[in-house]
Amino acid sequence: MSPVVDAHLVVDRGAFRLDVPLCVAPGEVVALLGPNGAGKTTALRALAGLQPLTAGHLVLAGRDVDRPGQRHWTPPEHRPIGVVFQDYLLFPHLNALDNVAFGLRRHGADRRSARRRAAEWLDRVGLGVQARSRPRQLSGGQAQRVALARALAVDPVLLLLDEPLAALDARTRLDTRAELHGHLDAHPGAALLVTHDPLDALVLADRLVIVEDGRVVQEGDAATITARPRTDYVARLVGLNLYRGVADGHAVRVDDRLTLAVADPLHGDAFVAFPPSAVALHPRRPDGSPRNTWPAVIAGLQRHGDNLRVQLDGPVAVAADVTPAAASHLDLAPGRPVWAAVKAAETRAYPA
Amino acid sequence: MTSTDAHDTAARPEPGVSPRRRRAQRVPAALLGPALLGLLFLVLPLAGLVVRAPWSSLPQRLTEPGALTALRLSLQTATAATVVCLLLGVPLAWLLARARFPGRRLVRALVTVPLVLPPVVGGVALLLVFGRRGLLGEWLDSTFGFTLPFTTTGVVVAEAFVAMPFLVIAVEGALRGADARYEEAAATLGAGRWTTFTHVTLPLVAPGVAAGAVLCWARALGEFGATITFAGNYPGITQTMPLAVYQTIEGGDLDGAVVLSLVLLTVSVAILAGLRDKWITSA
Repeated sequence: MSPVVDAHLVVDRGAFRLDVPLCVAPGEVVALLGPNGAGKTTALRALAGLQPLTAGHLVLAGRDVDRPGQRHWTPPEHRPIGVVFQDYLLFPHLNALDNVAFGLRRHGADRRSARRRAAEWLDRVGLGVQARSRPRQLSGGQAQRVALARALAVDPVLLLLDEPLAALDARTRLDTRAELHGHLDAHPGAALLVTHDPLDALVLADRLVIVEDGRVVQEGDAATITARPRTDYVARLVGLNLYRGVADGHAVRVDDRLTLAVADPLHGDAFVAFPPSAVALHPRRPDGSPRNTWPAVIAGLQRHGDNLRVQLDGPVAVAADVTPAAASHLDLAPGRPVWAAVKAAETRAYPA
Repeated sequence: MTSTDAHDTAARPEPGVSPRRRRAQRVPAALLGPALLGLLFLVLPLAGLVVRAPWSSLPQRLTEPGALTALRLSLQTATAATVVCLLLGVPLAWLLARARFPGRRLVRALVTVPLVLPPVVGGVALLLVFGRRGLLGEWLDSTFGFTLPFTTTGVVVAEAFVAMPFLVIAVEGALRGADARYEEAAATLGAGRWTTFTHVTLPLVAPGVAAGAVLCWARALGEFGATITFAGNYPGITQTMPLAVYQTIEGGDLDGAVVLSLVLLTVSVAILAGLRDKWITSA
């Protein structure tokens, strides 16, 4: 099946350059994930036509939408898209029903059928009774659902969502995320979700595209990304210790002073990743075990769920999770020297 | 894995609570004093008019045909001038607020010229352009047999010239304050530029347009200098209330002038108060 979105988004904005190739298949939900300022929203605005492409191309459903090389651009109102903006941007002078009907009217429906279909959409997002409410009378979660209904009502080939859950409180976010998941599943077109929240991305998206500094640094399904991060940002998102080094069989040299033994043999540039829970701490050098051990100094301590997360300095910075019992036994405190140990079997090594 | 909660605290403001409706605060004395003085300064001259009014002969004076004719002409021309200002001024304000073009700052300064120009000079300038020998007037006269000076239409032109800056400035301010991203949202929903303007932008700035129109109408109603210079002072054709007041004073009839002024004041205050309740505060 040919992709709904076939794009190479290039936007120059002064010192910042966005350069992101992107393909989205029908029915697929792709999350654009990255830190603030990575260019995620710029990419979304370029897809919507709100930010002109400097170079590259954008083909939507087989139709050339933007070709800066041939001086061809399509204004937003002629694109088969729907956008859910971060703060929803519901028209304050229209009630919920007329907000949803707005796009239908612009797509040629007469007033009555636009209202009827808008009412159906509001029912579908569970807001039928709020049809006559003005946006300022709606809660954040309700406004989000109206914004979603408004964007979906015009049957967009591509649905764009800009941080759709960021403006919600934690409790509402949980419910809304689950509902949004259902609506995205039911949407026959493609969807692109921009977020800095890895949980939103993992729950809602079929595929993750990770953007840093205007470039794609990694992409793949949730399982691949969580198991094999390729940048520090991704590693932090998925909660892994990540090191880059040079592999020679079962040994990966990550620092002049540290070579890690790994289970997966490989050669050349390599990543080694392991979870903080795989790191054991000892007051003295442990002997007689086939483990990676190195001396380290405690840099910081913080609660992490039921455990303590210990930040260690040493040949490499590493995070370790220890139980409160182990922590009191070891008498952990910042500045204290300890030995860190990681079993080779708990590491994962993969080519860089 | 932890999710970022930074945005949770930055949630939307409480729905339905507008800052305007907050409980009135105690007024500091340093503000109250000057505020009351200012009010007195504005109201005292009105009180003077009321005190000096010849209340005994008032009914008879009011029914004099000249007074009512001037009043009707004033209201008609001020309203027509406001309509002209709306039709031309709102697009001009949009251009100044949203379009990017070279010399925009100069254009913005030019728009405010009628504010600083003495209205009599404005009237002379209008004569130089639209007069029978004027830049455009000569052509209008020879082509269409159409003359502006010393006609009721001329009154409307003079009033619109003087009053338009009030509308443009108010609407431009409202447009700058309005969130242009609503227009982007409209575009993503399939609305073209014009539909976006009529269905999204205008409703968003409606309070500003209404306020500007009221200011514009009030300024047109009180217009004197440009009108008498450009349109003359012909009863029933170009003699608006301010001109009638002036003529009455010139004729030595101070009581008559006071009556006319009171009529103008009462009618305009009544209309403005009605509009204010309906438009300005409900926005």
